[in-house]
Amino acid sequence: MNRIRRISDLLVNIWMRAGLYFLLALPVLIGVGLYWKAAPIIGGHSLRDLLFSRQWFPMKGEFGFMPFIYSSAYVTVLAFILSAPLCLFAAIYLTQFGKHRLLQVMLPVIDILAGIPSVVYGVWGVLVIVPAVAEYVAPLFGVASSGYSLLSGGIVLAVMCIPYMLNMLIEVFQTIPVGMKEASLSLGATHWEMVKHVIIRKGFPGILSAFGLGIAKAFGETIAVLMVVGNTLDISVSPFSPGYPLPALIANNYGEMMSIPDYDSALMFAALLLFVIILIINLFFRYFIHQTEKI
Amino acid sequence: MITYPVFSYQKAKRMVNHQEKQTPIIEIKGLNVRTREGEILKNINLKIPRNKIVVLLGPSGCGKTTLLKSLNRLTDLHKELQVSGEVLIDGVDILKVSRDLPAMRQKMGLLSQRPFPLPVSIYRNVAYGLKLKGIRNKDLIAHSVETNLKRVGLWDEVKNRLNSPANSLSIGQQQRLCLARGLAVKPAIILADEPTSALDPISTRIIENLFKELKEHYTIILVTHVLRQAVRLADHVVFMYYGDIIEQGHPDDILKHPKTEVLKKYLVDGN
Ligand SMILES: Nc1ncnc2c1ncn2[C@@H]1O[C@H](COP(=O)(O)OP(=O)(O)OP(=O)(O)O)[C@@H](O)[C@H]1O
Ligand SMILES: [Mg+2]
Repeated sequence: MNRIRRISDLLVNIWMRAGLYFLLALPVLIGVGLYWKAAPIIGGHSLRDLLFSRQWFPMKGEFGFMPFIYSSAYVTVLAFILSAPLCLFAAIYLTQFGKHRLLQVMLPVIDILAGIPSVVYGVWGVLVIVPAVAEYVAPLFGVASSGYSLLSGGIVLAVMCIPYMLNMLIEVFQTIPVGMKEASLSLGATHWEMVKHVIIRKGFPGILSAFGLGIAKAFGETIAVLMVVGNTLDISVSPFSPGYPLPALIANNYGEMMSIPDYDSALMFAALLLFVIILIINLFFRYFIHQTEKI
Repeated sequence: MITYPVFSYQKAKRMVNHQEKQTPIIEIKGLNVRTREGEILKNINLKIPRNKIVVLLGPSGCGKTTLLKSLNRLTDLHKELQVSGEVLIDGVDILKVSRDLPAMRQKMGLLSQRPFPLPVSIYRNVAYGLKLKGIRNKDLIAHSVETNLKRVGLWDEVKNRLNSPANSLSIGQQQRLCLARGLAVKPAIILADEPTSALDPISTRIIENLFKELKEHYTIILVTHVLRQAVRLADHVVFMYYGDIIEQGHPDDILKHPKTEVLKKYLVDGN
């Protein structure tokens, strides 16, 4: 009996450790694999040219990723600005002010929204957002636009990020102990003061982590953005001009035009870039969260 | 010749004071708290006398905490609870006020069953209520923080780490911090839900003695499961059972000569 228990204990232990090491190794393996495939282009060009040059002429062997990085950053920031404050206030309202019933109705709706495949958001973007931007929003600013633009990409991304971030924020706010809210109120805080001093303060690390994950998701999102953003090489400040984010570059071209030397490797470099940037975003937010948790 | 009646200001003041002492500070009329599953408090009627220690006794789950929380309307936070009836604090029904709610809550310092320090430093926990009151004077706040931490016997333990997070304290220390925090807003009433359940005998003594002292100026409603503590502190004992008040009165009557079977059994098991 004792032997069996000891052996089963050991087996479970080994199994869990193996799983853990595999999970830990996974990102390293992906990173190494991408680097290995991207090595030719990294060897052939200076990193500075790859990252900061605007010249993208694969036929001539010129690979400047700046337009792609710029577009990616642009739509991500736009999506974040559009979605983050909205999610924050919605989550606070749903968990702290609204009726309990409202939250119970909203939760499944949010889950459904989060579960819709991104291609559906893309189609919706093409059918609704793109024409709306072309016909109403752009003229409002006196600009002509096809509608396939950074703005459309940002809006579609924002809509996709909302259920994702909202879900996390609601969870964060729900885990804050009622006793802490009671303490604040009983000392004379108004409901809104209590929200500021307890909910936002105590939930701050959680808010940051929800935002961080939301940004990372937006940065890497591919299909929906690709469908509405225009996919044109351009570095423009105007949200009404088209762009060409990194994930779209990979998805549009992988498997094609392999006859061009180094093209394959360039796409791998794009993937590596995406991977590294998302890693940096995550680490940055982790660090931030760690800092705020000390309070 | 017309003679005017001579009013003695002192005498009038004494009369008013006397009258004030007579009227209960809290009067609960027909208080019901229920959820969809059932009733938690059933038609509670209770008068809390001024400057006395009222002890709530009763088995676990009988509604003591719920009663305390209804008094300063923290039941608002639990949307599933339906509260009806009247809770008059100095004659004002707290269940009906809206804009004055924070100010009315400040009349009552709550010491919850488990301590919940706010997610800020030790110092700011005690200063919190003062800042909400609009007090900005740094010296005044610092003085109040020190005095109140001393009152609960915590000052010497924390005076060198006032800026560290409050949740770095032990549970017993947190409990005393929460009491200091509540006292700092100068409430008239203290709602204490098993305040000494996490404390060692020495800290318990400090708190008990503090309560006896505070009675001069405060009304204290104390929930406890420790019968000996009830004997030591109570001026008035209320025994609750399944959301009802079964018996109440002077501790000598209630605890020595219980009338109902449930209370007899509770006292036997408690000793
Ligand atoms: N928010 C709530 N929703 C549903 N039921 C609740 C809620 N709060 C309290 N109750 C129920 O009300 C009853 C009384 O709870 P309460 O916490 O007031 O008991 P108590 O007398 O303080 O017990 P204890 O001595 O264990 O602290 C319990 O049966 C509890 O399950
Ligand atoms: Mg209780």
